[in-house]
Amino acid sequence: MTTRSPSRHFTSVIRSIVFPRVTSRAIAACALIALPSVAFAQTSAATVEAPKINLADTAWMMMATALVLMMTLPGLGLFYAGMVRKKNVLATMAQGIAATVIVSLLWMVAGYSLSFTGSGAFLGGASRMFLAGITMDSINPLAKTIPESLFMLYQMTFAIITVALVAGAVADRMRFTAFALFSVGWLLVDYLPLAHWVWGNGFLMQMNLLDFAGGTVVHINAGVAGLVAALIIGPRKGYGSDNLAPFDLSLAVIGTGLLWVGWFGFNGGSALTAGSRGVFAIVVTHLSACAGALAWSVMEWWKRGKPSVLGMISGAVAGLGTITPASGFILPWHGVVIGLIAGVTCFWACTSLKLRLGYDDSLDVFGVHGVGGLLGTLLVGVFATAAVSANAEAPGGFSGLLEGNTHQVLVQIIGIAVTVGWAALTTWVLLKLISLFVPLRVNLQNETEGLDITQHGEALQ
Amino acid sequence: MKLIIAIIKPFKLEEVRDALTAIGVNGMTVTEVKGYGRQKGHTEVYRGAEYVITFLPKLRLEVVVASDLAEKAVTAISDAAKTGQIGDGKIFVQPVERALRIRTGETDTDAL
Repeated sequence: MTTRSPSRHFTSVIRSIVFPRVTSRAIAACALIALPSVAFAQTSAATVEAPKINLADTAWMMMATALVLMMTLPGLGLFYAGMVRKKNVLATMAQGIAATVIVSLLWMVAGYSLSFTGSGAFLGGASRMFLAGITMDSINPLAKTIPESLFMLYQMTFAIITVALVAGAVADRMRFTAFALFSVGWLLVDYLPLAHWVWGNGFLMQMNLLDFAGGTVVHINAGVAGLVAALIIGPRKGYGSDNLAPFDLSLAVIGTGLLWVGWFGFNGGSALTAGSRGVFAIVVTHLSACAGALAWSVMEWWKRGKPSVLGMISGAVAGLGTITPASGFILPWHGVVIGLIAGVTCFWACTSLKLRLGYDDSLDVFGVHGVGGLLGTLLVGVFATAAVSANAEAPGGFSGLLEGNTHQVLVQIIGIAVTVGWAALTTWVLLKLISLFVPLRVNLQNETEGLDITQHGEALQ
Repeated sequence: MKLIIAIIKPFKLEEVRDALTAIGVNGMTVTEVKGYGRQKGHTEVYRGAEYVITFLPKLRLEVVVASDLAEKAVTAISDAAKTGQIGDGKIFVQPVERALRIRTGETDTDAL
């Protein structure tokens, strides 16, 4: 095995292409460098490699990070803004921008350190506050083949979108200042511990809770928080009587496209490597989105005679959210089945359940992400397939109910319960606390006039 | 001179314009408006939430014609804008006191 650093080796490969006389030695060195990452991807038992930056993994994860950020900016921005009323479009987008800005800076200050370093069962350590100590060569043991700063940035994009998601439940009525304060508090108190428990070597990860890309940390978390926030803040004025029709569904459709493509980085990148596992995750992600869109459309054909565009995109997002926790653990046909179940279940949650219980979850954060995340986290306990998840650290892989392991479903249920309880509790406490200083909601007149003009002094012409 | 105000279905605009041009009316002002009469509207459903859309998009045409041309203009608009379906619209006629072409200063019927 060559002792050259990866960057010097890369240079020699380029040189061999430009100056063919040194080709043979460079090709041999290239093959040797490629060997460790091939060994990593194979499912047979292999010795655990010492952490070492792999260029292919790094290149893919840089792309994946960009894709996930694109899901928030502008994916979620367009998706949400298209569905609110014209007078609130800019304010809705502002919440997404605010979430990005606030979460990113807090992540740098303390977020990354507290969630992804250290070995505490409940919280990480302070060793990387302000990203101190991260060098060009440092590697986080949780992502052995990419630079630590890349792992930090990738996880940051997950935190960003989770916070941005919550805004959808209280669209059209939450005060901007209150939302900004909520972003700060909720990231620190709700998201960081939960991310640590599930992905940062915390107690849920020690229990082998299976959550590949964020069924619990992102979707159940944001969904339940959104529901609690919607219940505390109350319904929009005119809910149930006024015309609250979407401003421009074409924006929402474009947003969905960006989310869908971006999800390739969300789930595919959660493999943290460039290899077959990431590819399997992307395959099931895409199939689940399609199955979800199909199932929701069939439900609409049945219930109201026509499939709507909003239904198609909602079904796709339901499929995408539901497959998220399962994506790196299952076979392609499982993805189709999960997507179909997601489409039907989330359709029911957004039409029957919401109307029956009477809460105003404006953009169905709970109905799609909350219910979807819950469903997906449960179903990975059913469909997990050992051959897909076997790697150097877990040579046996993870099995679910279909492969005869009845225990995993119970672990998943525990993980779901902990997430739901934690999200509900922290959100409730945080909102009650914020409301002591700033009203959570705009006043009635401002709500009627619109958030764009009253919160930001701007309006679409 | 008479001011003719016509509320019509939006897709009928070109037909009405052609009909007016054919009788010698060469200008009009068009605005996009919303309204309802006896046509109640339609229902839209968004993820289980039903909204009855009572205000429908219409176009408001305004033409000013010489008094002796008014009846012909009203008939031309009416024939061109009719579909026979509910929601075709209405036409109103008002008297006009004065008119002026800004560029040349011509007044009254010379300004039309």
